Amino acid sequence: MDTLYDHCLVRGVKLFNEVFVVSLLSSGGRCCGVSGYTLATGEPVVLHSKAVLLATGGCGRIFKTTSMAFAATGDGFALAFDAGVPLEDMEFVQFHPTTLVGTNILMTEGARGEGGYLRNKDGERFMERYVPKAMELAPRDIVSRSIQTEIEAGRGFESELGKYVHLDLRHLGKEKIMERLPGIRSICIDFLGIDPIAEPIPIIPAQHYSMGGIDTNERAETDLKGFYAAGECACVSVHGANRLGGNSLLETIVFGKLGAVAIDEYMQSNNIKPDERTLARKKDEIEKKIDRLGNPGGERPFRILDDLRKTMSEYVGIFRTKGELQTALNKVLEIKERYKNISISSTRLFMNYELAGALELEYMIDVCHIITLGAFLREESRGAHSRRDFAERNDTGWLKHTLATLGPDGEPVISYKDVVITNYQPMERKY
Amino acid sequence: MSADLYTFKILRYNPNEPEKEPYFQFYNVRVIPGLTILTVLLRIRDELDGTLAFRSSCRSAVCGSCAMVINGKIDLACRTQASFFTSQTIVLEPLPNLNIIKDLVVDLTPFWNMYEKVKPYLIRKSADPEKEISQTEEQRKEIDQYVPCILCASCYGACPVLARNPDYLGPAALAKLERFVLDSRDERSEESLNAINDDKGVWGCDTLLRCIDACPKDVRPTDSIVGLRKALLRHKAKKIFGMAKNED
Repeated sequence: MDTLYDHCLVRGVKLFNEVFVVSLLSSGGRCCGVSGYTLATGEPVVLHSKAVLLATGGCGRIFKTTSMAFAATGDGFALAFDAGVPLEDMEFVQFHPTTLVGTNILMTEGARGEGGYLRNKDGERFMERYVPKAMELAPRDIVSRSIQTEIEAGRGFESELGKYVHLDLRHLGKEKIMERLPGIRSICIDFLGIDPIAEPIPIIPAQHYSMGGIDTNERAETDLKGFYAAGECACVSVHGANRLGGNSLLETIVFGKLGAVAIDEYMQSNNIKPDERTLARKKDEIEKKIDRLGNPGGERPFRILDDLRKTMSEYVGIFRTKGELQTALNKVLEIKERYKNISISSTRLFMNYELAGALELEYMIDVCHIITLGAFLREESRGAHSRRDFAERNDTGWLKHTLATLGPDGEPVISYKDVVITNYQPMERKY
Repeated sequence: MSADLYTFKILRYNPNEPEKEPYFQFYNVRVIPGLTILTVLLRIRDELDGTLAFRSSCRSAVCGSCAMVINGKIDLACRTQASFFTSQTIVLEPLPNLNIIKDLVVDLTPFWNMYEKVKPYLIRKSADPEKEISQTEEQRKEIDQYVPCILCASCYGACPVLARNPDYLGPAALAKLERFVLDSRDERSEESLNAINDDKGVWGCDTLLRCIDACPKDVRPTDSIVGLRKALLRHKAKKIFGMAKNED
């Protein structure tokens, strides 16, 4: 990240730091900027621009257990959705197999790459039961499902922080761990007081990445002129139902560049003037929304957030069933109602993290709805989306991308589009 | 698991209400082993006091957002265990040497300005190669120490020179500069180091090593300052003996 910042400095890129974006602006069928406010001063910010590209990352914080930072609340997905841009394949959520129990901090795949083993409470390298050839190096969704299955079968460890299995690096030896995995070692020591040289690491799977996102083509373009998206928040799609390790970084670099080229061309050929009335109306909307959050006597946002995250982790997790997904949908709709009556201590914009949190919560509810609906409707298993009640992949019925678009009543409307198949024909997935 | 009742004394200050002096607000929170200062802060903001301001993001000690003073010592809130202290009172204060925006949030603008001054990016004069610029493992080891810097400003907050002289570049900027000076791929001129050749630059350091103490990533900025001083003196000596490179 430093390198990105450093190069912004070299190129004189103007940075608006700690600005919370509340909405995309569009006028005459084109995206013409964003509006929000600066956290540090409470000043409203309206940025008119010829083009907007979102690179807002993922939405992990909608799950109780996620490897992601607090900032990952899926704002980009919701902003695009609200502006009428479809979200694609949102039900395909990647669960990374090895995150530290308690904090869910990521234990890099490199640990297994360097030769680490996964063991259950009986000390068995249980991956032998599931993928004897690839063992710990099987793809993430398969390893996550294996760990989950072990835990459900009662072969996991139990603790106050939750159930877990072991990631064992002891046999790699002190020298190798210090040289190749010093970061992991620091994290284990700092956050759990465990030294992986001497003890195995307690890990569980947690949400890690969204294969789905804002529907774009391979030039980062969306249906809305002047609006682009790249990186994790976009879905070209290059990962399909399951992303391979390392490809997210690759995606950011490739589509960042291709998006820049596309934007450059677009800007050369367009002369856009914003419509002041539309912008004034938008400002009104936002002020009203924020004011309402200050109405006293309502529910505190953190309770709603807690319930939302628990719902997603329990019912829309690694293994899904119709009943659980229906329960989740009902809960999300109930939470949407509860959100209408939340109260925060103050609606002043200055340094008001509680307000930012409440606005983020609204985005998160929308994203949860879309993911749960997509998962509920997709009656097959494919990649990271695993249904206990539809365990097989069904290409005849389901070889298609899910699209969620904002409906007239504010609810997501699901449709589908064909998968583009060129060089590689779909085959049976086996290891 | 037993939960002990802790008292958190947190500095509150809102410059928009200048009549109110900074004060400590008390919060009583149950702490179990494993709870970090950051987790407690989030709980306080969610459940007890929505007006409390502090920065946080990754919660895994890589983003540098949550640096603050915890019981008198600078550290990242996300990786400090609340039950680690022998006392059950924990005092939280914002980073020193920087203006408070609100409560535990400080204005890092001077920190970023100093950072930008040292040109913290790879400077190349030769033509770019076809593919990547190669570097051996030994060459990479030269900069190993400085790469983990997460720009948390802990060292900046700890520096006693900055407490009396806000024009001093500060440990982080100088450590970053040395990271590039030592990088085999970097081609900035030795002359360019003259920009830091005064007491706002490398000669301002009092060598008290508070920066090393404060750094959560084991970066040793004083090493970089000593290294840069040596480089400057070598360059000066070369010029005196007519051996300096012609860098025009």
